[in-house]
Amino acid sequence: MNATLIIAGQEIRDGFRNRWIIALTLVLVGFALSLTLLGSAPGGTVGASPLLVTVVSLSSLTIFLLPLIGLMLSFDAVVGEVERGTMLLLLSYPVARWQVMTGKFLGHLAILAFATIIGYGTAGCVAAFSGENVDPEAWIAFATMTGSSIVLGSAFLAIGYLISTCVRERATAGGIAIGVWLFFVLIYDMALLGLLVGQGEAISGGIFHALLLANPADAYRLFNLGGFENVATLSGTIGMMADVKLPAWALGSVQIAWVIVPLCIAGFLFKKKEI
Amino acid sequence: MTMATLQFEGAGKAYDGKIALDNVSLDVDEGSVVALVGHNGAGKTTMMKLLLGLIRPSSGRVSVLGIDPTGPDGAEAKRNLGFLPETVAFQQAMTGLEIMNFYARLKHADLARNPDLLKRVGLADAAKRRVKTYSKGMRQRLGLAQAFLGSPKVMLLDEPTSGLDPALRREFYDNLSTLKQDGTTILLSSHALTELEQRIDKVAIMSEGNLMACGTLNELRAEAQIPVRIRLRTQDGVASEIANRLNDADINQVNGRTVEFSCTPEDKMILVRQVSELGVAIEDMEIELPTLDQLYSHYRNEGGKQ
Repeated sequence: MNATLIIAGQEIRDGFRNRWIIALTLVLVGFALSLTLLGSAPGGTVGASPLLVTVVSLSSLTIFLLPLIGLMLSFDAVVGEVERGTMLLLLSYPVARWQVMTGKFLGHLAILAFATIIGYGTAGCVAAFSGENVDPEAWIAFATMTGSSIVLGSAFLAIGYLISTCVRERATAGGIAIGVWLFFVLIYDMALLGLLVGQGEAISGGIFHALLLANPADAYRLFNLGGFENVATLSGTIGMMADVKLPAWALGSVQIAWVIVPLCIAGFLFKKKEI
Repeated sequence: MTMATLQFEGAGKAYDGKIALDNVSLDVDEGSVVALVGHNGAGKTTMMKLLLGLIRPSSGRVSVLGIDPTGPDGAEAKRNLGFLPETVAFQQAMTGLEIMNFYARLKHADLARNPDLLKRVGLADAAKRRVKTYSKGMRQRLGLAQAFLGSPKVMLLDEPTSGLDPALRREFYDNLSTLKQDGTTILLSSHALTELEQRIDKVAIMSEGNLMACGTLNELRAEAQIPVRIRLRTQDGVASEIANRLNDADINQVNGRTVEFSCTPEDKMILVRQVSELGVAIEDMEIELPTLDQLYSHYRNEGGKQ
């Protein structure tokens, strides 16, 4: 078996052993179900598909929760193993460093994907079966939302690996991870809004689009809340989307670039790192 | 010329301007057991890491089985290496056997042999327990078991006996003898100098990143010129007479029936012959060669003088 897959397998096994996977899945099932059940109350009267309501509410949940989960899983991945001394032993084996990093990333990705699919899947099924008519477009929107949530989570996994590779101490990595989360999820949008209000005239549409794309969480929001007409109507972002005309492929590739680029930089730095 | 299994050629390593290893040249031949001896920070672990390709030499060259461990064929060299780190750590939530299986897969070793390897280090009963519950000695033994994986041609053991009680140390040295018989090349670092003497072919004495001396114990003894001590037990009343007849020797003590003297390593046999000519007057003789401890402090002090 390939070294990358062996390491990924070990990471998944460790996740089960540490009850990380179970804890994450329970958290996601809990949040997703409560949002679905609470969210379906107003939706029912206007006749909107409950599944679409779920897509909107879960998207908002994703933006906060999955970056946090991604960073929590990964900030420790390199620096923690170096600190504990397990990395020294692992690297004395015939494995390339990129295999160590890719293997661990794939393992964490599998844990994240498992928890998300189970958590959101449960909520989706509950929503779908509580309403009478579920049109196929709603299912597609739901599946796309779940898939891109996993991509968003893995973008922050990759950022976590980058942090973990750069620092010398575990505590530093934890601190930076929290800072990164606050920045992308809260501060960035507030700053952008402030900029628009204050300097709205001076900022061209192009710069505004670039700024939105520069944040994986914003790219995710635009991709899911604007991507499907019915969802956009429900989420009230239709006004915003009239201004922001970014094609789905551009938003999708930005999200994937946010996974690949930090991971590649982390891999490069890890290769140079002296253990 | 056959190439040494492990080779340092003028290898140096500096971390942020601080020199950890300075221009070290050392060959370890196939099938030999070499001990790296030195205090903490003398550069022993740096040498191990260089051999593993975990760090790159700042100057000079390092090779393992003729391969540059940081080069593209580094993985090939590592397949033939077994390594026991100074402080060995494992994923706490895994059992001993699961850890062995994980590392065996990485090394393409036969998983079916793992229970035997665990038995060999005395962990058969603990194989299905989580590493979290292991004592320090048990973790050290698991560390040794993983180093045996895939029957490596070369073993790098960093402080293998630290934290082991005397019984486990003896077990470890038994394992070491078995490896030596199988023709494994072994480089080990240790503080436990006296224990090593009987079990090694060569000693490399390190101090402050410099290789102070390297050779067999006898070569080092000859070079260091540390006197050999000989103690005789004589018949009653002849001790002082015997002391007078051994004119080449440097008499330390004459006490009742005991004569104690020292001599240079070269003069040792001359004096032994003289003593044997004394016949029945000598009841017993003890020859005390300089210990590794003495050699180590000799070379360390020599480093200090420079």
